[in-house]
Amino acid sequence: MLAQGDALNERLIELKNVTKSYGRVFAVGGIDLHVDRGEVVGLLGDNGAGKSTLIKILAGAIPPTSGDILVRGVRVAHWDAARSRDAGIETVFQDRALAVQQSIVRNIFMGREITTWLGFLDVRKQRDEAERLMREIGFTSKVFRPDSIVGQLSGGERQGVALARAIYNKADLIVMDEPTTALSLTETEKVFRFVRTVRAGGRSILFIGHNIHHVYDIADRFVVIDRGRVALQATKAEVGSADKLIAFMERIAHPQGLAGVAA
Amino acid sequence: MSASLEKTEVTVPAPVAQAPYRPWRRFLMDNRAATGTLVVFIAMMAVFMIASPEVFLSWEIYNSVLVTLPVALCLAVPLVFIVTVGEIDLSFPATMGCSAWIFALLIQAGVSPFLAIIAALGTGLLLGLGVGALVVYASLSSLIATLGMNYMLRGLILIVTQGKSIALLDLRDSDAARLFTGEVFGLPVQMLWSVGFVTLAWLLFNRHRFGARVHVVGDNPDSAAQMGIDTRRVRVGTFAFMGLGAGLAGVFTTLVNFTWWPTTGDGYLLPAIASVFVGGTPTWGGIGTIVGGAFGALTVAFIQTGIVAAGLSGFYVQFFNGLIIILALLGHRWNQKRYR
Repeated sequence: MLAQGDALNERLIELKNVTKSYGRVFAVGGIDLHVDRGEVVGLLGDNGAGKSTLIKILAGAIPPTSGDILVRGVRVAHWDAARSRDAGIETVFQDRALAVQQSIVRNIFMGREITTWLGFLDVRKQRDEAERLMREIGFTSKVFRPDSIVGQLSGGERQGVALARAIYNKADLIVMDEPTTALSLTETEKVFRFVRTVRAGGRSILFIGHNIHHVYDIADRFVVIDRGRVALQATKAEVGSADKLIAFMERIAHPQGLAGVAA
Repeated sequence: MSASLEKTEVTVPAPVAQAPYRPWRRFLMDNRAATGTLVVFIAMMAVFMIASPEVFLSWEIYNSVLVTLPVALCLAVPLVFIVTVGEIDLSFPATMGCSAWIFALLIQAGVSPFLAIIAALGTGLLLGLGVGALVVYASLSSLIATLGMNYMLRGLILIVTQGKSIALLDLRDSDAARLFTGEVFGLPVQMLWSVGFVTLAWLLFNRHRFGARVHVVGDNPDSAAQMGIDTRRVRVGTFAFMGLGAGLAGVFTTLVNFTWWPTTGDGYLLPAIASVFVGGTPTWGGIGTIVGGAFGALTVAFIQTGIVAAGLSGFYVQFFNGLIIILALLGHRWNQKRYR
């Protein structure tokens, strides 16, 4: 039991006092954030709070201006997209970052192709693996095959491709940037089922969303950021209910209350 | 209200019947650009045969095209990589001229033709790398930068050689000439070499990690970078491959003519570019077709020969060149749906 408890408290990734400035404007102004093994962290914040910048820093798409990034307690220098992936972080971007003229297979294995000798592709293995991944996350259909072109798929199916890409290679942390935006009810439910499956497998998720009810349902712990800083870090038990979370979000958005609006 | 909602019967719609799986039809759909180009080629040849059966039903005309076609193939096929990755190269004629020049100088100095060929290919590869690095790492527009490189390299050749050509009559009886430009079963042997080159390029494009990355970088460079792909290296790689193809083209053309001209390569600029687009590779990147490009080169190679052989004066060549290009582009419109 103790061993299991230790494993659950393992610090997977930790950002220490991370900032990102564009000229004299701070998009992210000194954020401390950590994700432990096997937990789902909900990241909330209004538009322009710095969520997207934070995700891009985690994914290595943009370098932080200052601060440290620790992977399993070890500081990693020269953080970039390749190092982020090596650290076991997979990001499902809001725009899904898919190459729409390419097949599902080519998108899933983008940058991590399965090869045999001299860099030649193992076409059959990639195909089988793509089929397995799509089945695993519950996005199967008789209409599309692994070599179907992504541009012909619906929004939910495209999200499925992005999720399949994220779980390939057994990522330890999957960062999901507004994964339920513009999805239908059944597709949203599929994303939630995906999150639960991933957590049950002992992996972690950083779930970013606008819909506070969605985030509240799925996350174990919440981090609210406001104007580039952490405004709240609390577990589900500490928060109590989605309504309290919404009330808190409204309070930081309108510190003087809604009196002005009401009048 | 709620009561009536609960009473409403929910019927599950029957699953939609699926279209039957037809492998050959799927193959045609997957290769529609190449197939379309082949149809254009066959239609064009049919017109030529009707217009001038005595010429087009004899072997000689085909033999003469097959002598020059390999040069066009070595240029058009690597160009498909560059267009697919989202760039363009206009410097390959000068690269071809430079590689052939190195080849000619070495032959003249008495070096073994085989070593000279390796040196020529190396020259092409290095020039391609240089042009690619300039375009990619200095973030220049490939259209303008490669145009500049083409003029600069060609100018350099003209300055140094003072416009003089190099005759290489000793090549005529060499083993290298026999091996690369002889005849087997009445076929120009360079045709076999270039078919080998096209096959290799096809494997690289469709069955290799490099080709997979060329596709995704041309399709969505931002997401390719987010997935940890070094997009700049991939783009430079396509230019290097173009340089290698230009080097090979330079060797073939010099071996066939036994002469190097300071203008070697110049005439291939527009035909090679036309071949890529006639072949069905779209202009916007992310997709391309090697087989289509090869058929495109075949089509473009026959236009000029065909028009002259059909008894029309040379004045018609440009008009028909343009006509075929426009018709091919119109034909490819329906299969070049652009996904967003």
